[in-house]
Amino acid sequence: MTTFLELLANGISVGAVYALIALGFVVIFKATEVVNFTHASLLLAGGFLVAKLHPALGFWLALAAGVAGAALVGALIEFLIIRRARVGSHGVLAIVTIGVDILLTTELTRQIGTDVLALGDPWRDQVLHLGPITIAETRVVALGVAAALITAFLLAFKFTGWGVAMRATAEDAETAALMGVRLGRVSLSAWAVAGALAAIAALFLCVFPTPGLDRSTTAAAMKAFPAAILGGLDSTTGALAGGLIVGVTEALMSGYQSQLAFLGRGIGDAAPFLVMIAILLFRPAGIFGTKELARV
Amino acid sequence: MSRRSRWITLGAVWGAVVVAAVVAPFYLEGFWLQTGLFAMSAAVGAIGINLLTGATGQLSLGHAFFLAVGAYAYVYLSTDVGLPTPLAAVVAVLLAGAAGGAFSPIAGRLKGAYLGIATLALIFGGQHVLFNAEPLTGGYNGRPVPPMELFGFVFADTPDLVLLNVPFGALERLWFLGLLVLAAAAAFARGVLRGRPGLAMNTIRDHEIAAGVMGVPVARYRAGVFVLSSMYGGLAGVLVALVFQRAVPDYFGFLLSLDYLAMIVIGGLGSVAGAVIGAVFVSLLPQLLTRYSDSLPLVAEPGSGGVSPAEAARILYGAAVVTVVLFLPGGLLGLATRLRRVIPRIKELRWPNSATAPASRR
Repeated sequence: MTTFLELLANGISVGAVYALIALGFVVIFKATEVVNFTHASLLLAGGFLVAKLHPALGFWLALAAGVAGAALVGALIEFLIIRRARVGSHGVLAIVTIGVDILLTTELTRQIGTDVLALGDPWRDQVLHLGPITIAETRVVALGVAAALITAFLLAFKFTGWGVAMRATAEDAETAALMGVRLGRVSLSAWAVAGALAAIAALFLCVFPTPGLDRSTTAAAMKAFPAAILGGLDSTTGALAGGLIVGVTEALMSGYQSQLAFLGRGIGDAAPFLVMIAILLFRPAGIFGTKELARV
Repeated sequence: MSRRSRWITLGAVWGAVVVAAVVAPFYLEGFWLQTGLFAMSAAVGAIGINLLTGATGQLSLGHAFFLAVGAYAYVYLSTDVGLPTPLAAVVAVLLAGAAGGAFSPIAGRLKGAYLGIATLALIFGGQHVLFNAEPLTGGYNGRPVPPMELFGFVFADTPDLVLLNVPFGALERLWFLGLLVLAAAAAFARGVLRGRPGLAMNTIRDHEIAAGVMGVPVARYRAGVFVLSSMYGGLAGVLVALVFQRAVPDYFGFLLSLDYLAMIVIGGLGSVAGAVIGAVFVSLLPQLLTRYSDSLPLVAEPGSGGVSPAEAARILYGAAVVTVVLFLPGGLLGLATRLRRVIPRIKELRWPNSATAPASRR
């Protein structure tokens, strides 16, 4: 039972981090209808900046720089590429983002090489004892920060002018533009926000118990894709639910690996994708996604 | 150009291509033959994914999985089951198609980039199976691939065969098999694209609702094209395995899928020729950079800390994908077509009174 609770707590915490990534993904999709495959490399860029800058700047400044840097990279991608691409379909734009992802990931993994970079976080490997459960401090912080950021984001989405502009664009871009919403700004800010969220997520994907930032961090980041799509690409609630489902499944599957030996080694890594398939079989638009209907 | 002279040029170009392809193994060294064979197998796979992504607008990031199915099914069926190798190859392609069919409840319902994310499951699930199903796949180290044997003719280095003073080893022999397979694959895909199915596929890509209203069974077509393109993937897998002579799970990962997408975007979406051009470009680039890394600026030799040829190639074609979409819609093939239209016009400008002003430019 204790093991189960520990795994569950870990799963929820990792799930909250996935939810952060998925949220950025969904925000970009809502604002620009682009399925953004660069997300994993945005995350890698944020984490890389923190790892490289923390010896010189100290952790907190480095984190701020990482967040700002990833936001800037996101904004630049939107400004330099997505905005200029005059293509008929959004599917082709998705392929452009794949091209950008190939570029960024190759360069970043080359820079990282075979190293495992520490991020210099203040929590290190301390653990908390909550009754019978032992949990890493980083996991608690991750959950807290993710919950706070997600709440702040949802409030901003609901009540600020920026949020209203964003939702109006998602509803009907043309009408929104006619009402004076600047589509360019909306999409630029969406990419920047997504980059910033990804950088924070990078921090929590790379701290204890993970050894640090290395080549395989992109693979971890890719688990946010199933999180986003199984919740529904156009739903912020879906991103949260998807993140949690993916995080908990992964934690439980890896935790009970020895009992699930017939599924093979490393089933935890494949599990998020299998869950995604299982859910898409019954709800092709995701759990909270809107089913596309058209009047002919 | 008049119609007749265009036919003549077209015939001359094709003739030159065929002659070059047939003569190549007599002159090229093993390194380039192998690269060429990889390009051929890549072209087969790229044609398949171009049917799906280019012509039907369905994104797939999972095609490396179907290559793996083709390659491992061939190994398993020919080694463990003991089927004759040509039969094993055919069944391997059918199995890849069946794997695509098993995915069709998803492939038929999701569209575009959604499907792209869903197919990531094929890659990660597939890698999991490849590494764990050791009796079948040999686990991390992979398995040796038995050479193809067609009507008593073995596609391997032994028995010795010398043709016109050139020793014909496995690569030289496979070269012709590869050419035949590629030609057949290209001809079939061209038939599909030019016929009714091709029109239906393009309509689904351009306007799903319109396609549905005009009586195209959208979901069935999407699933069908997915199956067809996974069979092309399986065929490419069999070829790659034959050239490599070993099937290792690592090869069939996410990066391979990205390579295939890059090929069709760079070459030109939605056409057979585009897929072939892109496949040649993406397969040749890293090899060229490797071969000439010491004389190229900015490219370091592998392991020396600088930008290795493989990385440089990856960066180059990542950039190529972006540039092509931004500035060259239609890819390299589109560029060629555009040049063909522009050049006569330039001539016209230069000699305004020339009598050969084109009456029918198209």
